[in-house]
Amino acid sequence: MKPVSFRYFAPRTVDQALELLATHGGEGKILAGGQSLVPAMNFRLARPASLIDINRIDSLDYVREDGGELRIGALARHARFEGPVAGGALGAFLPRVARHIGHLPIRTRGTFCGSIAHADPASEWCLLAATLDAGFLVVSRRGRRNVRPNEYFVGALTTILEPDELLTEIRLPLLGEDWRTGFAEFSRRAGDFALAMCAAFLRFEDDRIVEARIGLGGATDRPSRIAAAEALLTGSEGAPDIFREAGNIAAETIDPLEDIHASAEYRRDLVRAMVARALDQASAR
Amino acid sequence: MRSKPFTLSCARATFYDRDMSDKYDITFTVNGDKRTIRVEPRRSLADALREDCGLTGTHLGCEHGVCGACTVLIDDQPVRSCLMFAVQAEGTRVRTVEGLAIGDKLHPLQQAFWDHHGLQCGFCTPGFLMLAVGILERRPDIAEPELREALSSNLCRCTGYQNILKSVLAAAAEMRK
Repeated sequence: MKPVSFRYFAPRTVDQALELLATHGGEGKILAGGQSLVPAMNFRLARPASLIDINRIDSLDYVREDGGELRIGALARHARFEGPVAGGALGAFLPRVARHIGHLPIRTRGTFCGSIAHADPASEWCLLAATLDAGFLVVSRRGRRNVRPNEYFVGALTTILEPDELLTEIRLPLLGEDWRTGFAEFSRRAGDFALAMCAAFLRFEDDRIVEARIGLGGATDRPSRIAAAEALLTGSEGAPDIFREAGNIAAETIDPLEDIHASAEYRRDLVRAMVARALDQASAR
Repeated sequence: MRSKPFTLSCARATFYDRDMSDKYDITFTVNGDKRTIRVEPRRSLADALREDCGLTGTHLGCEHGVCGACTVLIDDQPVRSCLMFAVQAEGTRVRTVEGLAIGDKLHPLQQAFWDHHGLQCGFCTPGFLMLAVGILERRPDIAEPELREALSSNLCRCTGYQNILKSVLAAAAEMRK
């Protein structure tokens, strides 16, 4: 239950971090909040030869609105999203999601971008980023790129991030007041990993849904949108029976994870329920 | 190309190009006392408090962030000290269970745990106390359902939690006086 020895670096600037990553990234890891990496190190499931601790890079500690987007720096911690960080429908939505992430002491250390870099299938922020088609700003000494979720998420705990790259910022659309939102998650215990969760975003015009985004997480190896359910909802008035039908479509579309916590069939049932619940919530607001 | 060494704000140690087993001098404040200790990078803050500072009130249960027995306050925020390396605590203000009582006078939370049977074996108690201090200092008027959820951060295998909840609610009332 003690990690193996490692070399420790505490850069003060992004440039210093990128230089260190270029040299040590291959056998090293970036340390942000450490709430997933350090348990893995304590179990010796992870044995990085070097840790590049970005906690002293003050320039990465920000959450700000800019050009219709919410820009979230690599050091913004989960707890920050429990309070108001932005206006619009997104601003109201974030605190409702944040409280599902681990527990209070986890949220005071863990970071938004760290969760995205880790890419746990049960990550609420990964689900949100995938559903809202977030921008992922990735930098290295070779340059920078802006990646989209369908390219970014490769599988469970697997992303396109290269060993010398640092995820510095996530950009989420702020969403106008005409968007309504819903979020439903099922886990065995408060604060535990999600077995299934759904984020639903509906835009209404004249009492009809003109745009729908339905994202699923926890049940599959990576978060995904359910295009068929979105198509079903678009143009409808958003009644409970069509929400049930969207849940059925989602449950049939996915290839669920199967593990000690839940069978594939159970996850399908949970997905059915979570989609319907998230949509009920979104239509009620 | 060899780059310039990086240093922490107030550390004498150079955080660059050293062997893994090399130790670092770190300085932080523990319960109001300034301390400098020499640790390997892999030393957890929990172990540093217990082994290097001699403060064994902070307990280690699971060592992977689930049980909360090692909860301490860093700059007044509750954190799992098993999931933080001591080198990361450089320059911070750490508070542990040893800092709660003033002489023989127990902190209101400690007194409430005593009065309301908020502990049995006592192993989880330091973690619960520090978690509760962190919660109540920020939100002295926290409502019971939210408190219940916040206290679910930590595990207790004796009490069934009801008396812990009762203790923290009683302490909250006392601290508001």
